[in-house]
Amino acid sequence: MSARIVVIGAGMVAHRFVDSLVTRAEEKLEVTVLGDESCHPYDRVGLTRFFDGATAEDLTLPATIFEDPRITLHSGDAATAIDREARTVTTAAGTVHPYDHLVLATGSYAARPPVQGAELDGCFVYRTLGDVEGLRAHVARRSAELSRPARGVVIGGGLLGLEAAGALQGMDAEATVVQSGDRLMSAQLDLPAGGVLQRLIEQRGIAVRTRSRTSAVLAGEDGEVRAVAFADGSEVEADVVVLTVGVRPRDELARAAGLDCHERGGVTIDAGCVTSDPAVLAIGEVASFDGQCVGLVAPGYAMAEVACDRILGGEATFGGYDLSAKLKLSGVEVASFGDAFATTPGALDVVYTDPVGGVHKKLVLSDDAKTLLGGMLVGDASAYGALRPLVGSALGADPAAYLLPADAAAPTAELPDEAVVCSCSSVTAGTIRDAVRVDGCTDPAEVTACTKAGATCGSCLVMVKSLVGTELTRMGRTVSTALCEHFELSRRQLFDAVRVSELTTFSAVIERFGRGRGCDICKPVLASILAVLTPSHVLDGENATLQDTNDHVMANMQKDGTYSVVPRMPGGEVTPEGLIVVGEVARDFGLYTKITGGQRVDMFGARLEELPLIWQRLVDAGFESGHAYGKSLRTVKSCVGSAWCRYGVLDSTGMAVRLELRYRGLRAPHKFKLGVSGCARECAEARGKDAGIIATAQGWNLYVGGNGGATPRHAELLAEGLDDDTLIRTLDRYFMYYIRTADKLQRTAPWLEALDGGIDGLREVVMEDSLGICADLDAAMDRHVEHYEDEWAATLADPAKLARFSSFVNAPTTPDPSLAYVPERGQVRPARPDERRSGEVLIAGTTLEVRR
Amino acid sequence: MSTQTLSPATRSSTEWTRVCALGDLEVERGRAALVDGDQVALFLLPDGSLHALDNHDPYSGANVISRGIVGTRGSRATVASPMYKQVFDLRSGTCVDPRGKEHRRLHVWPIEDRGGEVYLLRGGAR
Ligand SMILES: Cc1cc2nc3c(=O)[nH]c(=O)nc-3n(C[C@H](O)[C@H](O)[C@H](O)COP(=O)(O)OP(=O)(O)OC[C@H]3O[C@@H](n4cnc5c(N)ncnc54)[C@H](O)[C@@H]3O)c2cc1C
Repeated sequence: MSARIVVIGAGMVAHRFVDSLVTRAEEKLEVTVLGDESCHPYDRVGLTRFFDGATAEDLTLPATIFEDPRITLHSGDAATAIDREARTVTTAAGTVHPYDHLVLATGSYAARPPVQGAELDGCFVYRTLGDVEGLRAHVARRSAELSRPARGVVIGGGLLGLEAAGALQGMDAEATVVQSGDRLMSAQLDLPAGGVLQRLIEQRGIAVRTRSRTSAVLAGEDGEVRAVAFADGSEVEADVVVLTVGVRPRDELARAAGLDCHERGGVTIDAGCVTSDPAVLAIGEVASFDGQCVGLVAPGYAMAEVACDRILGGEATFGGYDLSAKLKLSGVEVASFGDAFATTPGALDVVYTDPVGGVHKKLVLSDDAKTLLGGMLVGDASAYGALRPLVGSALGADPAAYLLPADAAAPTAELPDEAVVCSCSSVTAGTIRDAVRVDGCTDPAEVTACTKAGATCGSCLVMVKSLVGTELTRMGRTVSTALCEHFELSRRQLFDAVRVSELTTFSAVIERFGRGRGCDICKPVLASILAVLTPSHVLDGENATLQDTNDHVMANMQKDGTYSVVPRMPGGEVTPEGLIVVGEVARDFGLYTKITGGQRVDMFGARLEELPLIWQRLVDAGFESGHAYGKSLRTVKSCVGSAWCRYGVLDSTGMAVRLELRYRGLRAPHKFKLGVSGCARECAEARGKDAGIIATAQGWNLYVGGNGGATPRHAELLAEGLDDDTLIRTLDRYFMYYIRTADKLQRTAPWLEALDGGIDGLREVVMEDSLGICADLDAAMDRHVEHYEDEWAATLADPAKLARFSSFVNAPTTPDPSLAYVPERGQVRPARPDERRSGEVLIAGTTLEVRR
Repeated sequence: MSTQTLSPATRSSTEWTRVCALGDLEVERGRAALVDGDQVALFLLPDGSLHALDNHDPYSGANVISRGIVGTRGSRATVASPMYKQVFDLRSGTCVDPRGKEHRRLHVWPIEDRGGEVYLLRGGAR
């Protein structure tokens, strides 16, 4: 005997049910599928692909199952009545289908909000192929009639609404999403996550209005939609409205047939998908399980499998809803899964937020922090695939590993071909572009090898990198933002990775986020990142192996391998006693002395083994490291200001001293300098600095992003008329924000140029706290100030550190025998190769004549 | 200050010489040694291997190789000159990244650990 099965509804879940039935059933079956849409079941989930050019045919689900002789599909004919006594279904066409088992898979209606005008021609729901065809035709007609892009308003800011907004954009219409609640995707996201999502949506060019209750859709005199009106009296212009406010289960047949339905809609089923009538099952969106209907396909598919098994005599049960969902809007990644709102008692959250990068991620864990319960991913949902299947099981790895960022943007710069980028080797932008285009170089290192750009002083390397990146992108290649071969992450991502994971050593970081043992690129970058996040001495433990020689010996290497020494003179101030000590040290060690551009004294020609002796004398006299060697604060240059100057408005030297003492030793992606001028005459040339401060009668004006050097740039005005404390807080945030987000070796000028929104964007972040990170930035700077210690004093106090300063391991105080000098203008300089060859009078490595 | 003329270093015949104790070296941070007038850069790696190369950087002419950053390029252990950042293979002394310049190499000396004492073969590989 063959079982007669009738399925009402030919949607996605019905399709899965039939598919499963024909593959599993061995006995004879007679399956009738009734669908009111006039087509084969199609991929509703993929409906939006219609706007990318997918045809109805492309969206059709595999139709081969209907070739099975046991299956008959009647499309375009709606079921109109169920007679449970007689076990028959009657259709609109008048056909009567008898059944042994009836399966309801009627899905949902797209709801229309009960507001005036929601039935107008220009209002569309977003559920069926018919809907999207109508929407497309309307938008095309209206934009043609209006000779401008149509304005679209989407009412309802859930998953579907955002997808619809993307579809509107795809038709070149403008899109505004209106949400009555306080955040987008409120069913999947909490308020912080919703906030980050809103910014991402806005960045994509879609306007968002939250907390906006729609009161009516208004038509013009021509009967066309003209605007959407809100409860607060405001209006948004609209030529087309898409309604995505939710769905209503299509349970009317079941109700009429007297089947139990939930008061909020949906045919009540048990875990076997059976309704109050044992011969009738319900699956998909129309089914109400545990008092709930869910508008997602995965639970519907699970029900389809259960129903199939039950009809075939099995005992399968539906285990409840998995509410995991992922937004399908290109460029905006959002996913939510499991117990995303942490409703499980004792559940713990691990949250990673990077509002700068537009990423917010939350994992929900069991009270012992071992089992994954759920999570939300906004901005980067790459971990969704790995995490969702882990819900309910142990996380194995440290949760932080799943929260790390995976995206980055490369700044671009448009230079004319004839612009000289590398002045050392006279390499133009055009030559660099040719190296990529013609010679096939694929990364900055190859371009450097091929053109010599950046091979000498390296100051143009960031520019070379940016040019190469732009050129590669133009050629359709992807540009790696990887730091080096050991880390796929960019510096900014690595900074976040270290911050979130709270790792404190290079070995731990490279083991977790990289490969190999590092190199001269990533090691100093990590030394700098670790210095900011976990302040400790540059020579402590493994730190020592990360430092470039300059940081390692806390001096600047010169061309012959000796070093220069610069004690700090805050604000360029030095006492006569201090100056005398500097003079004596230079004289006693035979050092060449020169005044630097940063208002202090540089002493050249110090040998490795002499550095501690030199510094002992400087520290004894009250000097400390000037960090002339570090990627860190150099100097705060100042004019003499109101203390002495006839024109001075404010005490520029005093402020310079205060700033220099605050930021001394702060490690950054590159060196940075400040300038403070006491009046508008700008004698300190502050606008050529990373931060320039200029006194006015109203207070301090703050300029940022200036640069001298190879690519001069005037600093831009960030804020005016600041008092001392506000000035300092603003500077704190500016520098910390830079430290967190800049690329490796990127100075503030190119960083600011590449920053989202430029100077205005910066102002919003550091002065208006638009990203909500100011408290964090402040705390980071406070930590720096609190932990500052003079590196040289600390080194002198530690014999283990001092052991590094021997010239040779087997002859610790023997000078490098190759050093040779010639006298010039009363001092010495390294001998040139020709002078060495001629063997003329040379002064071998300067020797110490006086020791105290 | 003293004045002198530079004379070429004299070199004696092949012979193992003790240079220092293994404990004088630090993992992944080089040290210079003076062996019969030759300046040698010594390196100890995390795997316990020892390497001895010219301390003289052929690109800058300064004796600074021992002060470079140790790392890896692919599977090779390397040191980058602190002067102009050319990268050398610690095993062979070949330059793996000449940064736009010609390829030059560093001499390599046989070196070994004998029960905590580091020995170098004088005049070895030159
Ligand atoms: C644009 C869009 C994107 C989506 N994206 C996702 C997503 O990313 N992830 C996700 O999980 N879900 C998504 N969904 C939801 C998903 O499509 C539905 O959950 C799924 O289609 C439900 O399947 P169903 O078979 O229960 O209902 P439907 O697919 O709606 O099928 C029901 C069918 O029954 C027909 N029918 C109803 N009554 C009768 C009757 N009396 N007689 C005959 N036929 C009748 C209907 O016309 C319809 O064809 C999306 C939906 C839309 C519209």
